This record gives sequence, C-alpha cells and structure tokens, in this order.
Amino acid sequence: MSDAHAVAAPSPFRLVATLAGIALFSGVLLSLTYEGTKPIIARKEQAALQAAVMEVLPGAVSQRSYQRNETGWVLLNEGAEGANLYEGLDADGNRVGFALTGEARGYADVIRILYGYDPEQKQVIGLKVLSSNETPGLGDKIEKDPAFQENFTALDASLEYPIRTVKNGEKEHPWQVDGISGATVSSKAVGKALRESTAQWVPVLDNAIEGGEVQP
Amino acid sequence: MSEEREALTMDTFTQGLWKDNPVFVMMLGLCPALAVTNTAANALAMGLATTFVLICSGLLVSLLRKVIPKQVRIASYIIIIATFVTMADYGIKAISLDLYKALGAFIQLIVVNCIILGRAEAYASKNTPLRAVVNGTGMGLGFTIALLSMGIIREVLGSGTLFGAQVMPDRFQPWSIFVLPPGGFFVLAGWLMLFSWLRQRNTKQEVA
Repeated sequence: MSDAHAVAAPSPFRLVATLAGIALFSGVLLSLTYEGTKPIIARKEQAALQAAVMEVLPGAVSQRSYQRNETGWVLLNEGAEGANLYEGLDADGNRVGFALTGEARGYADVIRILYGYDPEQKQVIGLKVLSSNETPGLGDKIEKDPAFQENFTALDASLEYPIRTVKNGEKEHPWQVDGISGATVSSKAVGKALRESTAQWVPVLDNAIEGGEVQP
Repeated sequence: MSEEREALTMDTFTQGLWKDNPVFVMMLGLCPALAVTNTAANALAMGLATTFVLICSGLLVSLLRKVIPKQVRIASYIIIIATFVTMADYGIKAISLDLYKALGAFIQLIVVNCIILGRAEAYASKNTPLRAVVNGTGMGLGFTIALLSMGIIREVLGSGTLFGAQVMPDRFQPWSIFVLPPGGFFVLAGWLMLFSWLRQRNTKQEVA
C-alpha cells in the first residue's frame, strides 16, 4: 500500500494548485450567481415587506417609508433601504396609520412582528408575524388563528396600561390580548413584543406628529 | 479502468430510483428526509435542490477525475459541492422567499449530505461524465421520490392538504403529530417496513 502511495504522490505544488484552481472556479461561479440573483431577491423582499405593511393597515392603498436619524425623521424614496417606520395612506391620501416592527423571544426563537398603529385612536389596528419558528400546529397559531388576529383590530395602545396577554377567554379590557390555549408562550411573546415596541415608539411618534416632523 | 468501458445501461439510471434508493435502501440523507418533509412542496423543493447539486457536482468531479490528485480529492469534492449548494441557495431565495423560509438551514446543509459526497467518491470519480450525470439524475430523482412519498403522507394526514390545497373533508381533524418531528419518524418507519417486506418477499420467491 505504501508503494502505491509513493508512486502516486504528486508534488505539494500540484496539490495546492489543484485546490486553488477549484476554489477560483468556485469563486467565479458564486459571484456570478450572487450578482444574478441579488436584484431579484431584493425586489422580492421589498415586495413582501410592502405587502405586509398594507396588510396591517386596513384601507391603505399606498405607503411612505421613513428613517429615524439624529435629526429626526427623514422621508425615504420608494425602494430605499433602512426604513424603520412605514406610513400607510388611503385612496384620498389621508393617513391610515403607521406600521412598526417589534420582536420578542418566543418558544423556539425570536418572533418578529409588524403591526399597524393608528395615532389618532391610539390603537393597534393590525398585526402580522414577519418571522417565527414556533411549533407547527401549536405556537404557529399566532400567525394564522383568526380569533387571535381579532385581538389586533382595535387594541388599546395609549400606554395608560401596558399591553398584556391574558389567558384564553379572560380578556376584559381593550389593552389586553386574548391568548391562545396551547400556545401560551408564543401568544405572550406577541404581547411582549407589542408592549415593548409601543412603549418605545408611541411617545416618539406623538412628538414627531406634534412637531410636524412627519408629514400630516 | 474496466468500469469506464462498461456500457451505459438503464441500470445506471434506475439504480438510484429503486434498487439502491438513497433513503429507503441505503438509508442516507435521513436528516433532510425527516426534517423538511412536513409538506409535499418542501419535500419536492428539497429533492430538486439536492438533485441539482448531485448532477452538477457529479459532472464536475467526473470531468476533473484525472486532474484532482488523490490526496486532496475530498477537499476538492467539498469545495465543488459547496459551490453548487450555495448556488441552489441563492436560486431558491430568488424563486420564493416563503419556500426559502420553510426550508431554512437545510438547503445549506446539503453540503454535508452523505448521498452527494458518496456519489462523488464512489461513482463520479471513477466514471465518465455522461455516466456520472445519468447516475446522479437517477439518485437525485430517487431521493426526490422518497422525500415526496413522505411529504405527501405527512401533509395529507397532518394538515389535511396536499401542495397547499385542501384534500380532506372539512370535518377531518388533522393529526398534528404528522407535521411534527415524531411524525417524520413514524412515516419513515412505515416506508422502511414496506421496503423490507418487499425485499424479503422477493428473496423468498427466488429461493422457492
């Protein structure tokens, strides 16, 4: 066996050259694929997010996106990256509300949500789970369960009382989220994401609207 | 090598479909077979992505079989396989974000799928490009069929749907366990039972 090995042993240079050649070929192939698919992927991600914004702001037909920096809110051009606030407008150009993101740890992984907020009513008016990894059949009900989604058509977000998830069937107040039995951790995580995100954004948004930083 | 003179037979192709089916007979690639077969669409996408990688890496390994020195062959195969897996990864993301989300990390994990490295080492590196491609296609389709036969059962019983369309009557209560990980084991066990029963029956017939 050692004989066969000795006969076949090529120079180290040859070994390195082979690997380098294959790696170079691989690099060329991958950069071509990356460049080819990048615009398609970016377009699809943008479209998915825009569709989600429309979904959480019932009645919205168009949207504007804003980015917050040191000086305040900046209106972004359509398709620009880095937005953290979306504004939905109805057919007459009136504001339906803002779409904001939030996240909290669920049962399996971090749950990321997008929700619609109506600054006049101070209510959450829609919610969509952007990404979650909850147990199929149990925790993933937060994404589709119609009774759970019903919580977010007029959920009080005035911050007088923080948003809380309560046990299934025990919702009494407009700031409470009726949980899903069998998906306690997941539904509580959605409540927590809303509580934390509204606590952070609602005062900022109120100031921005009062100060005229965000176009009326 | 004598193997290279062998004619291209139907068996080159069908080997992976039935006799040496990667999942049901060789018991390879069980990780994706259990993990992403909770719906038929996921199973199909995973099977096709693996087939793509199998064919492309088989072709390239076969073309380079006289160039790659024995000492660095495994490293070379892994680079080649990883390249095509990453291409499949970008491709799936560009085709459908939902599908990409559903398959998650399992696309990238095709790199370590033993079916592919096994084919590269045991077949493509010793055969002509044409034979490698034909054999890889057969293996890939065998893997896809195996995944689909699990995905269809799991989706129909676990969600009452097939490729997202409802197939079970409204009053059917989905058996959620089938879309959960244990359901994967149950369905796989069922198929393996069927296959070993078939094999045993065949051997008995030959003896008799």
